[in-house]
Amino acid sequence: MAITPPQYLLHHDGDNVAVAMMDMQPGTLHGRSVKEGTESTAVLNHAIPLGHKFALTDIANGEAIIKYGIKVGLASAAIKKGDYIHTHNMRSYRWEASRA
Amino acid sequence: MGSKPRLMGYRRENGSMGIRNHVIILPLDDLSNAAAEAVAKVIPGTLALPHAFGRLQFGADLELTFDTLIGTGVNANVAAVVVIGIEPKWTQRVADGIAKTGKPVAAFSIEGKGDLQVIQEASRVAAMFLQDASGLVREEAEMGDMIMSIKCGESDTTSGLGSCPTTSQAVDRWVAAGGTVFFGETSELTGGEHLIADRCIDEACRNLFQLTYDNYIKVIESTGANLLGSQPTQGNIAGGLTTIEEKALGNIAKTGSVPVVGVLKPAEAPDPKKKGLYFMDSSSAAAECVTLMAAGGAVIHLFPTGQGNVIGNPIIPVLKLTANIKTANSMTEHIDLDVSGLLRYEYDLTKAGDMMMDVINQTVNGRLCKAEVMGHREFTFTKLYISA
Repeated sequence: MAITPPQYLLHHDGDNVAVAMMDMQPGTLHGRSVKEGTESTAVLNHAIPLGHKFALTDIANGEAIIKYGIKVGLASAAIKKGDYIHTHNMRSYRWEASRA
Repeated sequence: MGSKPRLMGYRRENGSMGIRNHVIILPLDDLSNAAAEAVAKVIPGTLALPHAFGRLQFGADLELTFDTLIGTGVNANVAAVVVIGIEPKWTQRVADGIAKTGKPVAAFSIEGKGDLQVIQEASRVAAMFLQDASGLVREEAEMGDMIMSIKCGESDTTSGLGSCPTTSQAVDRWVAAGGTVFFGETSELTGGEHLIADRCIDEACRNLFQLTYDNYIKVIESTGANLLGSQPTQGNIAGGLTTIEEKALGNIAKTGSVPVVGVLKPAEAPDPKKKGLYFMDSSSAAAECVTLMAAGGAVIHLFPTGQGNVIGNPIIPVLKLTANIKTANSMTEHIDLDVSGLLRYEYDLTKAGDMMMDVINQTVNGRLCKAEVMGHREFTFTKLYISA
């Protein structure tokens, strides 16, 4: 398997977030989806550490964050394509009391 | 790969198969920790299991403590047990529960004698138990003879991408070989509990799973607390996990693809004739969960981690794997298997599964895992509510 190590991974094609595979600076990154193996490029707007997420699309406040092809939370602020996503702009939809 | 590995374990009196040969000194209660630890010092090679509870508990909470103590003694990794308690009645109840397996058990109580006399009497028995246990010989074992448990900790986004899917490989292979696997972490299924419900083998199993899950969540939600920082933990958040739902899907990614054949209460042993994947109602706190699973009969545990949880257990090996390259490099004394290459596409998931099975097989056959080498022996009870 001679594949260049991806700089980000998304679980499924169609997820609107990806995970950084190393500490990343803003810029254009190359990555792939784990399930389908689809290669892609994406722009990252912020410096983020290994394992942290960024948006692959614009996500309006209140819209679903999709990972593993499943809703894993809601945007708690307007998120632009390429933005860092974490507790400052994403929240649980199941545990209402559990939010930053 | 491909050839069947030779596995060797200790066949116990009741037919169960262990992979370790511990003689444990089991305190009934917190008051008896000192005497139990003293016996383990007098007879090196025995293992004291100090813990914090056992007094003034009542109802279901007390029953769970008994189930945890008895289950720990019953575990096939344990050759013999010395139980020490403050008073004779509950001490004898635990000893009797363990004795049903046919393994050597002795009970001692402190009231009316004092620590020193009990230490002397218990040490004489512990010496005999240890010498007899040392004469036991490993014999051929099958995966179908053994229970494996799985639970992840200090997870991050690499867990759902690498270490949990690798664990899934081991789960599917273990069950395909006729073995039994426990998973749990009830609250940590939130957002993906429907995926587990869908995998339950029949309606009765599905209903019991749903009821068990709903009850646990009711308790959590009734507090009205802000759980961010507790679930997901501060470590999870530092590793990039934001919500319980995101964490849950990573958690579920380690449970393989086989059906869920049953739902167990905390520390409950499965029907030995019904093999497969079981859900055990349990906390997601590492030491509590592994203690309950060992009490239910697990003899080996797989522990995927992201940020680097260091948990171990006194009687069962807890194998750590991670796909986080930073954790693999910075915490080598804790990590048994680095699968970060999976995320760099250096090898595929089948190969990662092969690597995992190699580590499992070596550990079954007696090679110490990192947690055993490092002396991590967390023996932690799940408390359901206040004591009387």
